[in-house]
Amino acid sequence: TTVRMLAEKALDLVRELHRSLDGTMPPYNEDKIRQVLEEMQTLFDQNKDKAHFAAEGQTNLLSAIQLRHAAIRRNKRCLLAYLYNRLEQIKKMRWEFSSVLPSDIKYNMCEQEVQWFNKYNRLLANYMRSLGESGGLDLTQDMKPPKTLYVLVRCLVDHGEFETQDGTTILLKKNSQHYLMRAECEHLIRQGILEHIIQ
Amino acid sequence: MGEELNVSDILQGGNGVNEEDDDDDDEEAMTAPEVLQKLEEAWMNEKFSPELLPVKSNLVECMLAQINAMETNIENAKKADLRISIHRMEIDRIRFVVSSYLRHRLAKIEKFTSHVLQEEEKRRDTDAPLLSDAELEFAKGYEANLKSHLASTALRHMPTNAATFNDKEMAVLPDLNSYVFLRVNETTENVLVEEATVDVGEEIMDFEKGDQHIMMYKPISSLVESGAVSLI
Repeated sequence: TTVRMLAEKALDLVRELHRSLDGTMPPYNEDKIRQVLEEMQTLFDQNKDKAHFAAEGQTNLLSAIQLRHAAIRRNKRCLLAYLYNRLEQIKKMRWEFSSVLPSDIKYNMCEQEVQWFNKYNRLLANYMRSLGESGGLDLTQDMKPPKTLYVLVRCLVDHGEFETQDGTTILLKKNSQHYLMRAECEHLIRQGILEHIIQ
Repeated sequence: MGEELNVSDILQGGNGVNEEDDDDDDEEAMTAPEVLQKLEEAWMNEKFSPELLPVKSNLVECMLAQINAMETNIENAKKADLRISIHRMEIDRIRFVVSSYLRHRLAKIEKFTSHVLQEEEKRRDTDAPLLSDAELEFAKGYEANLKSHLASTALRHMPTNAATFNDKEMAVLPDLNSYVFLRVNETTENVLVEEATVDVGEEIMDFEKGDQHIMMYKPISSLVESGAVSLI
């Protein structure tokens, strides 16, 4: 049998997430989480066995008990950090995309994470709706300081007709270019339908 | 919160934001440009402060109402009026400042949730609550959502002595010793800049209006709240 360091699998989880921070979030590692929880239970049971011996005066057991206790706490800390930081990644998606997650990201989330995300959406939506007197303020818009009123955009896919604020209708045909108000087409730029041409 | 913002006169006007009203109401009334300036200060303070500051709901509500009024004015104006573009830009700018201010607050509420809720408990019945009613509801819901997620994915499956939330272990606290840039708005004397340690005595300075400093946030946090200094 190979000798493994205690809480090594928990550390693997943290490393796996840390490495992926600037790329895509890896799939929910249900398997490894279960192994970490099993290790915690094993350590706890071992301690329980030895605890009454230690209480009876066999003080040489105390260090082993403390070591296992420390390992349990380290496992807990790594596991919670892994779960918490995944939620942070998922939350970033809401602000970057929209309340509908791209399916390839959703594929890597577990059921509870999807539920957490839906609940977060509801909390955020309720909060934003309460701002001001006329239906709320969408805080996921206006993420950058406005530099110009109008922007030059190129249409990347056929998107059909689009009615601008002053009533004119334009046809968003692939590769067509338009000069539109930044505020009214910001969401189309974020979705990838329009491309902001920077001169 | 004091009824210090009386902007009903400005909102009835048809010509946009930049008129200086001669208010002969009570002298605490502010014009819309003054409110915007105060909001920009609150926005900068919130951006650079390591901790969540008391909410400036009046300023937010006022500017949101202002945006509505301006949009109505635009709709009623002649189509080709040059001022429309200028008003539109101003609306975009104001909306950005308001949104950014609220976003910075939301980020801190999400990061320091349990700490913020504890602090708010202490302040609830004073006239300087940390959170607006809507923010409080959001914070409570956010905390519950997080706790229930961690419980169902992990804590529930842990041995009994590890299966609970230990707020002391798990709460994230703001680093009040981070450094900030500040500008002095009101001359203040005998500011305790650094507390006495074993090696060094306490350091006390006078702040002159217009001075700019870079120093640790903690000793001047009360000056930020009172408006005597602004973070930049």
